[in-house]
Parts: sequence; C-alpha cells; structure tokens
Amino acid sequence: MTTYIIRRIFLALIVLIIVTLIVFFLMRLLPGDPLMIFVGQQSSVQAMPPEQIEALRHEFGLDKNIMSQYFSWVGGIVRGNFGSSIYYHEKVSKLLAQRLPITAYIGFLSLVFGALIGIIIGIWAGVKRGKWPDKVITPLTYVGITIPVFWLGILMIYFFGLMLHWLPTNGYTSPFTDFWLSTRQLVMPVICSSLFAIAANARQMRSSMLETIGQDYIRTAWAKGLSERVVVLKHALKNSLIPVITLVGMGIGGILGGSVLVETVFSIPGVGRLMVSSIFGQDYVVVQAITFVISVTILLMNLLVDLSYGFLDPRIRYG
Amino acid sequence: MADIQTPTMGFSENKARGSEWKRFRRVFFARGAVMIGLIILVLLFIVAIFAPFLAPYNPYIPGVAPSLAKPSSHHWLGADLLGRDTLSRLIYGSRTALMVGFIAVAIGSAIGITLGIVAGFTRGFVNAIIMRAMDAMMCFPMLILSLVIAALLGNGIVNVIIALSISSIPIYARVVYGLTLSIKENDYILAQKSLGSGSWRTMLAHILPNAFPPLIVIVTMQLGGLILAEAGLSFLGIGIKPPGAAWGAMVNEGYQYLLRSPVLSFAPGLAIMLVVFAFNMVGDGLRDALDPKLRGLL
Repeated sequence: MTTYIIRRIFLALIVLIIVTLIVFFLMRLLPGDPLMIFVGQQSSVQAMPPEQIEALRHEFGLDKNIMSQYFSWVGGIVRGNFGSSIYYHEKVSKLLAQRLPITAYIGFLSLVFGALIGIIIGIWAGVKRGKWPDKVITPLTYVGITIPVFWLGILMIYFFGLMLHWLPTNGYTSPFTDFWLSTRQLVMPVICSSLFAIAANARQMRSSMLETIGQDYIRTAWAKGLSERVVVLKHALKNSLIPVITLVGMGIGGILGGSVLVETVFSIPGVGRLMVSSIFGQDYVVVQAITFVISVTILLMNLLVDLSYGFLDPRIRYG
Repeated sequence: MADIQTPTMGFSENKARGSEWKRFRRVFFARGAVMIGLIILVLLFIVAIFAPFLAPYNPYIPGVAPSLAKPSSHHWLGADLLGRDTLSRLIYGSRTALMVGFIAVAIGSAIGITLGIVAGFTRGFVNAIIMRAMDAMMCFPMLILSLVIAALLGNGIVNVIIALSISSIPIYARVVYGLTLSIKENDYILAQKSLGSGSWRTMLAHILPNAFPPLIVIVTMQLGGLILAEAGLSFLGIGIKPPGAAWGAMVNEGYQYLLRSPVLSFAPGLAIMLVVFAFNMVGDGLRDALDPKLRGLL
C-alpha cells in the first residue's frame, strides 16, 4: 500500500511539472510578441517610445532566456505570486482570492449533488431494472448527458425565473450575508452544473449495480434470507461503488469546465466568468493563472481518486 | 477429397461472416432509441447537404422579416434582431456543427491513435513521455483548454477546429494505449514478430484493425462531444465570425431577447441537444452491436 501511494504521488508530481510546462509554453509558443500578451492592448505598446518598451521588457523579465523565465514564473507561483492583471490593475492572487471561493462553493455543491443524486437514482434504476423507475430514469439520463448546460440554464431562467417568478434569474450573494437569498440564487446554477454529473453517475451506478447483483455472493445473500434492503445496500453497494467513485472524481473537470458557461449564463462573479472576460480582454496573465489553478485542482482530485481506490479495492492494496 | 473440402471450408467461412453481420444488424437496429438517433443523423446530413435548397431564405441577409418577428407561416421560427430568418440560419448552422465535428474528430483521432499505439508499443522513455503528457492534458477540462487555445490563436472557425482537435487527443491516445497493450499479448502478434515483421508493420497491419471496433464507437461519441463543445465555445462568442451561423452563438443572441422571442434561443439549443443525443445513441448502439463487453467501459 505504501509503495502504491508513493508511486502515485511521484507520478502526480511528474504530471504537475508537465502541467506547468503546458500552461507556461501555451502562452509563449503562440505567434506574437509576449510583451503584447503581458501588456494587453497592442496599440498602446506600438505607441510607446522604444526605451519604454525595453524598460517594460526588463520589468516583465522578458529579456532573459525562456527557461529562466519559466523558472521565475514557477518560483512566483510557489510563493503565491501569479503576476498582475492588466485589466483590473490588481494582483492576480487577489482576484483569485475573491472569485475562487464562489466557484469552489458552487463546484462543491454540484459535485456532492451529482454524486448523491446520481448514485441514489442509479441504484434505484439498477435494482428495478425493466420496471417503471428504470424506464423513467434511464431515458432521462440520456437527456442529462446531452443537454447543453448553457441552454438548460436559459430554459430554467425562462420558466422558473421569468414565467413563474419562483427563483431569481441571476447574480450571486454570499451565504454569510444572506443565506436564504444565496440559496435561492444558487438553485438553478447548481442544477445546471450538476446535471451532467448526476446523469453520468446514475448510468455508471446502474450498470455497475446490474453487474454486481448478478454475482454468486449476492445470490448467497438472498439465499440466506436477507431483506432486499440489506442485500442491496450492504452487500451489493460496496462493490459496485468502486467504478462510480472514479467517475465522481473525474466529474470535477466537467464541473469546472462548465463553470465558464454556467457563470456566464447566470452572471455569477466566479473564476469561470473571470476566465471569459480575461480572454476577451486579452488579460493573459489572468488566463494563465486560472488555467493553472483549475488543472492543479483536477490533478489533485485524480490523485485522491487513485488513492481512495487503494483503500477500497483490496486487489490494488495488496497487488 | 480435396475437391470436397475446399469449397466446404470456403462456405463455412462465408457463413460465419454473414452471421456476424446479421448479429450486428439485429443488435444495432433492435433498440428504439438507437433508431431515433440514426433517423436524426440521416435528417441532419440531408439538411446540411441540401441547405441551400431547404432554407426558405438566405440566412445571411438581414431584413427578410421584421426585427424579432414572431413565428408565422412565412417565418416558421421567427427572425432575429437583424430580421434574418431563424429557420434558415438553423439549417445553415447544421453545416457548421458537422464540419467542425468531423474535421476535429479526424485530426484529433489521427494524432491520438498514433500516439496511443506508439506508446503501447514502446517501453521506457518514449512511453513515459507520451503517457505522462496525455495525463497532463487530461488535467485541463476540454472546454477550458480549447477556449484558451482558440482565444490565443485568434477568433475564427479554423482555430476552433484546431483547438478542439488538440483537446481531444488524450482521449483517443489513452483508449488506444490500453487496447494496444492487450492486443499485443495475443499469440498472432508474437507470430508476426517471429516472422520478422517490423514494429510499424505490426502496428498498422495487426494492432490497428483489432482496435477498430472500440475506436469507431469512441469516434462516434466524440462527434457528439465535440459538437457540444463547439456550441459552448460559440455561445461564449468564440468561433464562426458574423454573419456565419452557429447554433451556440444563436442561443446566445436569443438569450438577450428571451422575453420577447424565446424561440430564438430555444430552437438552436434543441437542435444541439438532438444532434448530440443522436451521436451518443448511435455510438451506444454500435458499441452493443460490435462488442457488448465494452459496455460500461466506453
């Protein structure tokens, strides 16, 4: 088990290094002067006298060679310094500190709902295979994995917000300021960003459940005269959960990726919307920082899933 | 003796192939949802190919209808702010979706499959570099990676295709890597090696054909996934330049006039969903028909 953990962490470190290389060089290998990328507006750079451009080049460290630029960038991140935003005239770390908690909160809620609801309805559909719960849930999961999230958001805004006036259509309030308003505002965004996860987890749970309840030891459990509840929840669930856990963990990627769309539709001032506005504002220092934070979050989540696998599956633990 | 045996063997071989094809047809066409998907796809291709004949108006010319016209007998789905016919734009949008989907899948799968086979066939440094790079790329959500690449390359449909192709490489590479590792263990690969056939020949002539059934399933499902991703990007305003028609961008344009004319964003969104659904269902059907063992894996 220790070897397994050490091996996983070692691999994750290698991947982390490649991630930093991708994030850094993605911004640098592309056509154009990196100074334009750092300063943003091309016209403002062209209007400057050459000495000022050189001064800027020096200030941003762009006169050094590319590898030392890479190392100073990584060194900055280690110290929590992501550079400064051109558009907001602020430290990127400060911008992230304001917006990351919002995206993290919605992401966490979506991940939890996606896992809980997905697993519950997946078990239900699997156990009642071919009966009405299965016949209702299974087609709905197909809708869940194919519906474009931004469109789902707009549909919900139209029906629940504009027509029925049940929920506010956009905005975000911190749960510490006004818990009730915050929760009402979050209902639609959280449904939006968790629906794909709910559907995907339910599908995996259903097929994994079907596979498990066909096994001999489940037949033995039935033969012992155990109730359906005990057979399903105590004997079958544990083994059929293993493939679902991977999917739940991988769902964080979809949720964070989708935050770009969901936060745009619902005007939520999180990292996703900052990403979009920074891309259009050519504020690439911010784009670089967000891309890095998101990819590291996913990397850590994958590592966590891998490690939990070791705890759950004895074949890996002793393998 | 030989005269009798040879035709019998030939006959039985043909029969086996015939029954496999029969089994494929039986399983593939059995599920209603798969048939619905197939019908949607056939309609989609017809619409995309014959767009100029099917579209009632020119999708790019403004003012063929009053601004934000409601659906009527002349304009079935109404018109947008500039008075362009929504149905015509929807029909032309199918071309954008299919073009982006197919080209991006072709490029992404070609690169991803090559990397996966090479990684599966080599040990040590090459294998480690390829697979760890794929792991790293998997750490970026597809939408984020393609958003960044497309934005850095500059707005435009070609750059969206490049961005989506790059972002989908690791999916193919990982699947093909796994397949290559398991196919490599077969005796016929060992036989090939002992006959002196080179690595490239073995990869192309023996591994690739055996990896084909799962690949065709992935490619079909990826078509849906990439069309969905393209819709997301064009919803955010990245991709086709105006006055070109893309479904995601149409949803966004309609969003601004949601109360006055909800059909403007409802219709293109429904189109995206139906097409993605269709590709997924056909992918599902192909998987069950080609290799039921892949259920739950793909």
